[in-house]
Amino acid sequence: MYEGPVQDLIDELGRLPGVGPKSAQRIAFHLLAADPADVRRLVTALTEVKDKVRFCTICGNVAEEEQCRVCRDPRRDLAVICVVEEPKDVVAIERTREFRGRYHVLGGAISPIEGVGPDDLRIRELMTRLADGTVTELILATDPNLEGEATATYIARLVKEMDLKVTRLASGLPVGGDLEYADEVTLGRAFEGRRAYS
Amino acid sequence: MGVPLYRDDAIVLRTQKLGEADRIVTLLTRRHGRVRAVAKGVRRTGSKFGARVEPFMHVDLQLHTSAVESGSGLDIVTQAETLAPYGETIAADYGRYTAGTAVLETAERLTAEEREPSLRLFLLTVGALRSLADGEHVPTLALDAFILRALAISGYEPVLDSCARCDQPGAHRAFVVAAGGVVCAEHRPPGAPIVATETLRLMSALMSGDWPSADAAEPKTQREASGVIAAYLQWHLERGLRSLRLVERS
Repeated sequence: MYEGPVQDLIDELGRLPGVGPKSAQRIAFHLLAADPADVRRLVTALTEVKDKVRFCTICGNVAEEEQCRVCRDPRRDLAVICVVEEPKDVVAIERTREFRGRYHVLGGAISPIEGVGPDDLRIRELMTRLADGTVTELILATDPNLEGEATATYIARLVKEMDLKVTRLASGLPVGGDLEYADEVTLGRAFEGRRAYS
Repeated sequence: MGVPLYRDDAIVLRTQKLGEADRIVTLLTRRHGRVRAVAKGVRRTGSKFGARVEPFMHVDLQLHTSAVESGSGLDIVTQAETLAPYGETIAADYGRYTAGTAVLETAERLTAEEREPSLRLFLLTVGALRSLADGEHVPTLALDAFILRALAISGYEPVLDSCARCDQPGAHRAFVVAAGGVVCAEHRPPGAPIVATETLRLMSALMSGDWPSADAAEPKTQREASGVIAAYLQWHLERGLRSLRLVERS
């Protein structure tokens, strides 16, 4: 145990995801030895992220204004919505420069074992967005793990009766890998989703 | 000193994110009971066995025990081969997914101690997941049968054909969770719920594996049985199952 403020800092840092007691101690002593201007910059960044950043009223992505950058952009295709779990998935898809539609951020995936059900996610908001008929395609881009698959299954079932094209991101072999190292689930999916050479 | 490696087959009960790209997986193994292990790098899209250590998967694993000496108490998954990919078919049907998750959580909670072998519970869990994946029965019925039999393995078999207090045989209908089953009129505490005869018959069928009778039960009877079984399970676990309230009931 250290003197008051140092121990408080170690305790607070230790609450961050992926930071154990040893790492918390190392970061705390790094900050203690750092230039005061650097620490002040970090403090400002932390304060501003809580004060200025909010969630887009349309898609739920992080935004500095009422709506996020993607929802404000008039060049984006209003007819396509890509459903993702977290704001960081929006960034990952934006990096591809392949998608020109808009997003819907659920805020997680259905995980009954963690007590997270459909009502804990922004599924109701998604249904409201789909109600006016503007959207013609819904891309389900939840994570390709069990919870992501179950969430996609649930949403697909909800919108089944709507006049909507529902697609799921393809799963398969990572580019640059060797076929022999692929696990059978991924390889099976790659076979399922194989495409014809045109 | 021997090599700190061991091999076992297991059902993946739960996964939790760890650090940048790892996961902690909770496993119900055939010979070593409930084990928690780190699966390194499995969240990366190029992971060699990421898809194999997902919940519901029945896998053949090689685990490294060296972490015990370092104090974390977590083994490390070094190899994984799929024995049965139940997760794929279960996640493709929302009703099966919610019921299956409750199966996994029940199995986890009924193994109070880590590394205490429970072969019967392991085999029962594999059977329940196989049944859910094959869609043999209504998912909630498969779940209820699993809960009743898992409780029986743990020593909490409900008494359905005689009074749980005085052993008087007969078709008693007052079900008292605290007593461990049905009780006769004499031992019935005030306000104890009366359960339909069909419901008790369904519970007996689920216990004994009489599936033709269980499958033929009316939806109303199935709902009442689910309610009694859930109450009985929660009583013995002391703390409620998170997944049970999210099970989709038709």
